[in-house]
Amino acid sequence: MALSRQHELHRRRFSRNLGLGLCLVVFVALMFGLTMVKVSTDEFTMPLEDRFDPQEAQ
Amino acid sequence: MSDASLDTNATPLSLTASEPLDAEFSDFFALLKPRVLPLEVFTAYIGLVAAPGGLHPLLAFAAILFIAVGGGASGALNMWWDADIDAVMKRTRKRPIPAGSITRDEAFGFGMTLAAFSVVMMALFTNFFAAALLAFTIFFYIVIYTMWLKRWTPQNIVIGGAAGAFPPMIGWAAVTGGVSLESVLMFALIFMWTPPHFWALALFTRTDYDVADVPMLTVTHGRRATRIHILVYTGLLAVLALALGLTSVGGPIYMAGAIVLNAHFLKGAVDIWRRDEKASEADNFAVEKAFFRASLFYLFAHFGLIGLEAALAPFGFGGW
Repeated sequence: MALSRQHELHRRRFSRNLGLGLCLVVFVALMFGLTMVKVSTDEFTMPLEDRFDPQEAQ
Repeated sequence: MSDASLDTNATPLSLTASEPLDAEFSDFFALLKPRVLPLEVFTAYIGLVAAPGGLHPLLAFAAILFIAVGGGASGALNMWWDADIDAVMKRTRKRPIPAGSITRDEAFGFGMTLAAFSVVMMALFTNFFAAALLAFTIFFYIVIYTMWLKRWTPQNIVIGGAAGAFPPMIGWAAVTGGVSLESVLMFALIFMWTPPHFWALALFTRTDYDVADVPMLTVTHGRRATRIHILVYTGLLAVLALALGLTSVGGPIYMAGAIVLNAHFLKGAVDIWRRDEKASEADNFAVEKAFFRASLFYLFAHFGLIGLEAALAPFGFGGW
């Protein structure tokens, strides 16, 4: 029996690791996309009256 | 000899029957109850597109994804709590926990992690109200339905149906940040649809809920009472379905479709009510089976019509 024989256990773990890896890749891509959407929409910018106005400060 | 590696009979990589198997990815996926997810995703999507206002497509996609993840978390936690029931019923015996591929602790950790993840993500990327509604849905399904009512009352299907009815409300809340008559009626439509759908199934499937000590209406009150319940709930369902058509998410197309669908569905309920067990067994529950199939189409069609009204609205066709 060769020592490198793949056991059922290894196949199961590979399936789990591959699935988890793909989920993480999708999650990272989703977070990136959602962050880009959030920072590029109006709700992320401060209302005009709350912004710091250097002239008003002087 | 204490060194097992020198024992010719030893099989170090073999697993004995008592040892849990290493779970595959598909086992964890099965914990999410993927067969019920399409309904949640579809109704959440319709709730989202029918809501006034708009959401960036990626945010909308994420909102539906997190609703699905929250629903999946509920499924995993349900399997964690109901592992004893699942092990004795034929239909559920092959689920990951009774099959031995996932332990109860793993299912609990997996479910809780996904539940927290989905709620936090919902709050971050949509709004706190939608996230709170999602959290309440998970709480309702696990604590109110699974832990408390399921093993206590034959009305378990009625109350448990509420958990499956929340997705369109959450989709609506993701856009508007609140509730309205329309979203409550969408909730009510699924809530009232669930009992006749499951009771029709219970009439023609010989499930072993009694073995698992789960009080189902067919067992506790008899099959005649179940037929009467189906008719009453279908009548109430028709009223709600037509009332939904009078709101801002309805319109002539929805109303025309709803009248036809509800007339057909009511006829099916009357047919079930008029039959007795002898007649049902004579044709192998043909009417009950047809009603069950129609119930699946019924719900998808109603939400499809709401979606159609919303899709046609920008062209001046949808809505009243």
